[in-house]
Amino acid sequence: MSGFVLLAIIAFALIAGMFILGYSRNAFAEGIPHSRPIYHAVNAAIWTGIPALVFYILWVLFNEQIVSAYVLSTATGIDALAATDRTLFLSEVRQVASGIIFKEPTPEILAAAERLQSLRGISNAVLAVVAACLSVLGLFFAYRSIAPRFRARHSVERSVTWFMMFASLVAIITTLGIIASLVYEAGAFFAKVPFYEFLFGTRWEPQIAMRADQVAGQGAFGMLPVLFGTIVISLLAMALAVPVGIFSAIYLTEYANPGFRSVVKPLLEILAGIPTVVYGFFAVLTVAPLVRMLGIQMGIDAAPNSALAAGLVMGIMLIPFISSISDDALAAVPRAMREGSYALGATKGETITKVLLLAALPGIVGGVLLALSRAIGETMIVVMAAGLIATMTLNPFDSVTTVTVQIVTLLIGDSEFDNPKTLAAFALGLVLFLVTLGLNLIALHTVRKYREKY
Amino acid sequence: MAAIAESAAGNPVDAAFWQSNEMKTRRKARYQADKRLQLYGLGAIFFALGFLAVLIGTLFYTGSAAFTQTMVRVEIDLNGKIKEPENLMEENWRRISQDAFKGLMPDLKRSDEKSFFSIFTNNGQYIIRDAVMKEPSRIAGKSTFVIPMADTIDQLAKGLFDRNLPESQRRVSDAQIGYYDALLEKGVISRDLNWGLIFNSDSRFPELAGLAGAISGSFWAIVVCIVLSLPLGIAAAIYLEEFAPKNRWTDLIEININNLAAVPSVVFGLLGLAVFLGWFGMPRSVPLVGGMVLSLMTLPTIIIVTRAALKQVPSSIYEGAIGIGASKHEAIFHHMLPLAMPSIMTGAIIGLAQALGETAPLLLVGMNAFITSPPAGLLEPATALPTQIYIWADSPERGFVSRTSAAILVLLAFLVAMNAMAVFLRKRFERRW
Repeated sequence: MSGFVLLAIIAFALIAGMFILGYSRNAFAEGIPHSRPIYHAVNAAIWTGIPALVFYILWVLFNEQIVSAYVLSTATGIDALAATDRTLFLSEVRQVASGIIFKEPTPEILAAAERLQSLRGISNAVLAVVAACLSVLGLFFAYRSIAPRFRARHSVERSVTWFMMFASLVAIITTLGIIASLVYEAGAFFAKVPFYEFLFGTRWEPQIAMRADQVAGQGAFGMLPVLFGTIVISLLAMALAVPVGIFSAIYLTEYANPGFRSVVKPLLEILAGIPTVVYGFFAVLTVAPLVRMLGIQMGIDAAPNSALAAGLVMGIMLIPFISSISDDALAAVPRAMREGSYALGATKGETITKVLLLAALPGIVGGVLLALSRAIGETMIVVMAAGLIATMTLNPFDSVTTVTVQIVTLLIGDSEFDNPKTLAAFALGLVLFLVTLGLNLIALHTVRKYREKY
Repeated sequence: MAAIAESAAGNPVDAAFWQSNEMKTRRKARYQADKRLQLYGLGAIFFALGFLAVLIGTLFYTGSAAFTQTMVRVEIDLNGKIKEPENLMEENWRRISQDAFKGLMPDLKRSDEKSFFSIFTNNGQYIIRDAVMKEPSRIAGKSTFVIPMADTIDQLAKGLFDRNLPESQRRVSDAQIGYYDALLEKGVISRDLNWGLIFNSDSRFPELAGLAGAISGSFWAIVVCIVLSLPLGIAAAIYLEEFAPKNRWTDLIEININNLAAVPSVVFGLLGLAVFLGWFGMPRSVPLVGGMVLSLMTLPTIIIVTRAALKQVPSSIYEGAIGIGASKHEAIFHHMLPLAMPSIMTGAIIGLAQALGETAPLLLVGMNAFITSPPAGLLEPATALPTQIYIWADSPERGFVSRTSAAILVLLAFLVAMNAMAVFLRKRFERRW
């Protein structure tokens, strides 16, 4: 129903534009108007379409909320229900209203479902009527203003500028949305689990909180072991990616001939383009069994989902990232420094290790920090290849869990927004967001500061 | 000069000194260090490339098995067996299919029937039903139906496990292997191209599971992503590049966009879950919400590439347009934007390819549901290609290992196609000023 309204709004705006185009062409047949007919037409389409469209979007966003809140407040016997039961009641009403009936509904639910149906009908009708009124009114305005002296082009350009300003605000709104949703849900979490227990607790057992009578107040939501596991896996990944990335960048910028470089560089970039779920599957299928076999050969009891396997594969994923950033940093070192070093009799290798790398260090460090932030935020590889149990161990053959693994496993499947298990994921998300944001800011700052130097 | 050399070396500088054995070994060591560095570099590159080769090789090796499927051909005479031809849904297809299977092995004992039936796919009855409903003329007489074998037998046929293992260590009994061999001898077994992989939807049974639902789910999500992120991204970039005053507010927007590009994808999933599903009450698992989350992730990329593309257009184009009386908007939209468009599209396609492979945010908005039919539109529950890969990778049945690899190959094929398109656009249309 509401989809048809959207199509109708767009179609009506287009038709209005076409109509005005023809009309103003006729009207301006003699004399020279300020704006060409097409601008009058676009102006008319904007006036016809945009107010109705804005109303439509607001309606889509808030209609269901308002309608169900109203149904809930008028249902009989709702005051006796707790908050969780209200959500259950509402979802049952919705199911009954959409014709899905699992068990015989109670008369209250049936009545509420009927009211929901009729309210939805009314609000759909309101949408259609208001949208139609706005469209017609807009068209009327645009039609009235057609005159040779009317500056339709200015009007259109103003609308376009407003749209562009709105578009550039979307990025800000997104950031604010991220912060608001994380802080809001994490706040709800901290109302149930004390703040310091989350930050400094050393036990992470979120499954305990699944039973309603056992609210987690026993240190089961301590994030330290989860954070520890994240750091272990990220460091393993960096231990592989940093040397391999930097060495390959050195070879590609300093030693390789252009032919070799033009073949190898795109091939390395392929590694960056492979979706992480593919890496995750590869880690489970191939790398984890290999690591386990290696561990058993060495006489270590290796877990099937060892930190080492996840870390290694994540490291591979980061190689092209570090390599291309180091590449840029090395290429940005001024020629004079390189040639000065040669003039003193240094070999190529000595120039690289004693001059170029040092000069490029801030850029490389910035890149490494960006890669670290990626490693911490990387999700699919660890979800598939790392463990679920939070343990504090430095043994890479053991299984650890990470922040992102916990977020995904806590939220997969149906989730209600009122138990600590779901909310804990948002608290972890907030920590993840802050950590990666901090790393990114430091990294960007380092890179920028270094750029000013040369 | 000479004094410096003397003090540096600590002794008179002469040819004999540089030719001495000591200096020779030092030089040799220095050049060896240089060679070593070069070798480390080559080693690093070949390590990374070798890994890539192993990755792709493994995927092809395990995935190739899923591109064929072992089928059995059964001839069924439906004449007189259908009680109500106008109500085919209600017919006892189970009995019809089991009779047909029994016909393949006439001297089967009653106690062995269960084990015999389980070498065919569990849903054989529905495959026969759907084939008849599609072609009602089959009711009249004999016709041949092609039905997939069960996954375990498919594995046996492809030689994916050793039939000489003791019976307790494999999932097919000796009797079932016997049935399979007998059918093979009869010539009713064939290895067909597995079109079901593309045209079927998800299923609990590996032999029937396909990607149709995931592909169309991904398609709708990417369509939403394009419709939202492309206009918004280009508009935002034009505003920031050409219109915005340079002040602290626009600086803030700029820093914000750069940071947004580096926010972990799972955080966008949390945003989608809390805001779109929680606050706005949108439905779970639908491509619309998935596409909206993906478009928020793609937006920074598109803004960044559009700004870079606009910067590359020479200012003489802009000034020329202004000079002959165009307004600022006309100069940008009629002259600069068309010239920047190839680079913008190249960058946008690469951004969309990233969005296509993104998994974690889609998991959080529930696009990992078990759905057995392709979504009909934006508001129907669906999976996407990467989430389907995740679901299959998590499934315990052995047949899903090769299906997962095959699904990955399909996803990679889409990504390669998109990147090839980007490269083509760049080669064909991009101008160097």
